[in-house]
Amino acid sequence: MPVTEATPLLEARGVTFGYGREPVLDAVDLHVHPGEYVALVGPNGSGKSTLLKLLLGLLEPQAGTVRLFGESPERFRDRRRLGYVPQRPVLARDLPATVAEVVATGRLSSRGWGMRLRPDDRVAVDAALTAVDLTAERRRLVASLSGGEQQRAFIARALASGPDLLVLDEPIAGVDAASQRRFRDTLRALVRDGGTAVLLVSHELGAVGEDLDRVVVLKRTVIFDGSPQELVESGVHLGVHREDLPLWLEGLR
Amino acid sequence: MTAFVYPFEREYMQLALAAGLVVGVSAPLIGAFLVQKRMSLFGDGMGHVAFAGVAGGLLLDVWPVWTALVFTVAAALAIERLRARGTASGDLALALFFYGGIAAGVVLASRAGAMDAGILTYLFGQPLTATRADVFAVTILGVVIVATIAVVGRALFATVIDEDWARVAGLPVAGLNAALAVLTAITVVAAMQVVGVLLVAALLVLPVASGQIVARSFRGVLAWSVVVGAGSVITGLVAARVWSLAPGGTIVLVAAAVFAIVATTVRFRRGRMPEVVHAVSGHGEPHEHPHN
Repeated sequence: MPVTEATPLLEARGVTFGYGREPVLDAVDLHVHPGEYVALVGPNGSGKSTLLKLLLGLLEPQAGTVRLFGESPERFRDRRRLGYVPQRPVLARDLPATVAEVVATGRLSSRGWGMRLRPDDRVAVDAALTAVDLTAERRRLVASLSGGEQQRAFIARALASGPDLLVLDEPIAGVDAASQRRFRDTLRALVRDGGTAVLLVSHELGAVGEDLDRVVVLKRTVIFDGSPQELVESGVHLGVHREDLPLWLEGLR
Repeated sequence: MTAFVYPFEREYMQLALAAGLVVGVSAPLIGAFLVQKRMSLFGDGMGHVAFAGVAGGLLLDVWPVWTALVFTVAAALAIERLRARGTASGDLALALFFYGGIAAGVVLASRAGAMDAGILTYLFGQPLTATRADVFAVTILGVVIVATIAVVGRALFATVIDEDWARVAGLPVAGLNAALAVLTAITVVAAMQVVGVLLVAALLVLPVASGQIVARSFRGVLAWSVVVGAGSVITGLVAARVWSLAPGGTIVLVAAAVFAIVATTVRFRRGRMPEVVHAVSGHGEPHEHPHN
């Protein structure tokens, strides 16, 4: 399938999935177009993480289809176009990996995983470190960084391949307010200046809510898909207790 | 070779040194990845399977190195498959082959009528009896290990940090894990002649344990581990020659002594036990930084 301007970078159609007899997702539709800044939100247990695994090809849907850059995940080869920032992994204290070494792995999808890195790869790594303001920390062990700094290192790893689409899973969970603001500025620059599309998966949006093009609210299926303003105007009821509501949604109201 | 002076003036010592250095360099290269993947005991399990392979070779009257290679590579792939498919947890799959290997080794060796002092060569290593053919085979295996790591090392490192991320980045994670398992099997067979199947895991892990304390990057860990591994082999062989000790055990004791010295030094300098102890014991705790 040829990729055109109209082709979503990421698309789910009627995706259904369950673990055993437990349904987790029911006929989910989702799409992210070039340059869009989209948040996928929902309370804990709404199926966000499962949907993300399906979108990235880590799981296969029981019904429906997933497309990455117009192709099924198993056929999608140009992986450098996709940047992925997982939930901050629990790093072993003794992991002997520097920030620069971790970020350099982000070049494997561009260079080819069996190839030696070249000078232009180092330039890309430097640029990614600059984008997240971690240049001074490049020689530090990543396990010795604060949570916010670690998250920025993993964003830099995703940026190192120069992706067209950045997918972030709960990127601000457990990160302090200053790091959240820096994170907001980084994403804002990527979307507005670099034209990178962003799909942000979270149960709280903190400081980034005001920058979004679209918000998709998930609770087993998509119960809202529109602009943040429309969400406020429509008075979406998630059908959960107030304490379960995402903090950002309360803020919007 | 004539330039060698005591204790390496004899050919058998030179052959032992050559085989030992190949193993001293290649084993820590594999061990660095095993330790980070919390698979430090994988080499030990492979050692037990290699024993079954040696016994099979003795029974079939085939060079035991070949049969050990076949047994360990097959077992490594089977364990990795069981682990990847979730049929058995990593340590349970390992235990199945661990005990099955040693039991099969005992049965096959007794059937071959080889339960005598000769089998001890394979259990505890005897580099001083290595022939030119042995050294040639070990060197070939060592070249395969180093060359493969040179190609797949970066991708393996990416899987050490986060396997799911590596899958999304398009890395062949299942193939890389299988490659690491097979490389471990090859390393065990190469090291079998030098330190024996019962001590083989020590050369995979102990130099890495020391390297992790000293180095400040993963590349540094690889470099320091190789230095400690090769240094332990040379020092161990010299000590064994000078004091007429069992060379395999002496090499491992030197590697253990290096770790103890490095760990103690760092403890006093930093005022605490080095973090690597957690990794070696398999009790590495998740890191929660106080900034969070």
